[in-house]
Amino acid sequence: MAAQRDKLTLVVLSGDLDKVMASYIIATGAAAAGMDVVMFFTFWGLKAIQKGNLTGKSLFGRMLGAMNRGGLDAIGPSRLNMGGMGRWMFKLMMKQKGVTQLPELRDAAVALGVKMLPCQMSMDVMEITCDDLIPEAAEPVGVATMLEHAKESNIQFFI
Amino acid sequence: MTDTLKLSLDFKGLLCPMPVVKIAQAMKQVQVGESVEAVATDPGVMADIPAWARTSGNEVITLEKREKDIRFVVRRLK
Repeated sequence: MAAQRDKLTLVVLSGDLDKVMASYIIATGAAAAGMDVVMFFTFWGLKAIQKGNLTGKSLFGRMLGAMNRGGLDAIGPSRLNMGGMGRWMFKLMMKQKGVTQLPELRDAAVALGVKMLPCQMSMDVMEITCDDLIPEAAEPVGVATMLEHAKESNIQFFI
Repeated sequence: MTDTLKLSLDFKGLLCPMPVVKIAQAMKQVQVGESVEAVATDPGVMADIPAWARTSGNEVITLEKREKDIRFVVRRLK
């Protein structure tokens, strides 16, 4: 590598289907263009890299895990979800139009070398362990690591 | 130009971001100087393939809108 590669850092705070989708589309697009891509998943965003199993240890932790199920199959759109109907409708409409589905988008991101960093503090609060995350996720990190990546990046997004 | 063509791909029906993802993956399968041809139906590729080429440092040799699809050829430059 002669010159320093362009770099993109994405902070994914949202765990909604639409926003997670936008995040993975931006990430794959940038990686396809040869950029270094780092995604930092925090709070609701962790759902985008969760396997989808029930999580939590304490009473509140388990309640949160049940009511706020992670994983790409469980998340719904930020608007018009209507108890899951919106999710079903959007998924169907996207399928009909041939839009790439979320799991395939995430696989493409992994294949293109996108780094996926989980937020340690969010994992502690929400009682989500590394075992609850997909194996492609990197070791959990904190804000300083994210900021170091963001500082080295030409583009930073907060979604 | 045609003698450098090493790969011919079908992107019909693919929507954003897949044409760009697939062309980037195809670039890894050919040597520098060789080119890849693809046919797509997503109108977005008219803007996105040149933008991808500028960002990734590759060259668009052809980009033509045809009656039912869009054909393009890109050359790997690095």
